[in-house]
Amino acid sequence: MKQTLPVAVAFISGLIMVVAFFMRSDVPVIGGLSQEVLIWGSIVGGFTLLLGAASITRVNFNAVRLRRSGWGFNLITLVSVFVMALPAILGTFFPGVRWFGTGTGSLYDWMFTYISIPMQGTMFAMLAFYIASAAYRAFRARTAEATLLLLTASLVMLWRVPLGEWLLTAIHSDLPSLVNTYVMSGVNLSVQRGIIIGAALGAATMSLRILLGIERTYMGRG
Amino acid sequence: MTVFEIWLGAFLTLAIFSFLYRDNPVYRLAESAFAGISAGYYIGLIWESVIVQFLWVPMTNPENPKVWLVIPLFLGLLMFARLFSGTALGKYVWLSRIGLAFVMGSTAGVFLMSELHGNVLGQMFGTMQVQSAQGEPAVLLTIIVAVGVIATLIYFYFSKEHTGALGVTAKVGIWFIMISFGAHFGYTVMGRISLLIGRVYFLWNDWLGSFLF
Repeated sequence: MKQTLPVAVAFISGLIMVVAFFMRSDVPVIGGLSQEVLIWGSIVGGFTLLLGAASITRVNFNAVRLRRSGWGFNLITLVSVFVMALPAILGTFFPGVRWFGTGTGSLYDWMFTYISIPMQGTMFAMLAFYIASAAYRAFRARTAEATLLLLTASLVMLWRVPLGEWLLTAIHSDLPSLVNTYVMSGVNLSVQRGIIIGAALGAATMSLRILLGIERTYMGRG
Repeated sequence: MTVFEIWLGAFLTLAIFSFLYRDNPVYRLAESAFAGISAGYYIGLIWESVIVQFLWVPMTNPENPKVWLVIPLFLGLLMFARLFSGTALGKYVWLSRIGLAFVMGSTAGVFLMSELHGNVLGQMFGTMQVQSAQGEPAVLLTIIVAVGVIATLIYFYFSKEHTGALGVTAKVGIWFIMISFGAHFGYTVMGRISLLIGRVYFLWNDWLGSFLF
């Protein structure tokens, strides 16, 4: 029961989507059913994210309750979660209050614009420093392959800034255009295609394993 | 932006940049707040765009209430049985698998067809076309793309030892891959530098500029 019921649910819900792929959306029953299953999937998927939020809350709450090392930071995380999420949720129950909800002028929108975006931008900007040290290690031209990596990365970085483009044009007037055509739309495109084809075959195989109940690791143990 | 908003943004920016010196309590404060705010953002987003729009509004519509949506609601609530782990209700943890299996099954059903139809066949079709550069058919580019796709696929084919013709093609594949990764690395660096310029511009122009210049 603990294994069979979830496998049956996965098989039936997956089969509806596979069969619906071969039907027009206006075919009675199956066409509407596949649309409904997609909506149901979004709803249940939404609950999985809420479960993740509940898990974060539980972990941080326990750390604060048990006064674990650095519990003050757990408290900040906990307070931040609720300060951000509560105004959005309260908007459903108090639609007239301007500060609640997720629209422009709400607390949720204000915190996203003036707290989340600056921090997100800074976190990613900080990677510029670490990527420079990683580049030093990766780009040392020890082998032919590493040299290719070094040359292409340097070329693309030069190509993407006005000064670099001017320098490339000074070497040969067609060089920026050649980089665009043969490096980005040629070699880079072909590798991306190869990777996409490989990943898609892998995803399709894994999907089939899930539908047939061969792949069950998502269920966890027990 | 108000003065408070500018100073708040500047404090958070400098708090995160302080990690470049070393790990410190001010950075950890900003990091914890960032983690919480990000989680809260997704809770708000999911609540508004999924729970309210797909579930609450259709179910409570007085003219045509979709009562059958109690099924995904029930499946969704079953997910929370996972939190019973380690409690007296631990024997019911397995119920969370039903909701999870529904998501996995329907997603797998969609992926099985869309990946094969959209990505495998779509990318193969694109590779077999004559490529064009600046609107003109380009023979060399077409050959590069075809050789690149085949060589990349063969490099990632591990069911046979890379010797002989297979080894040579795999070697060509690794050259193509290195060029592509180099191009991606270059793009990523430029993206990060662009963000860094944005933050430094904010500190210099908006924050320092508000009281120094």
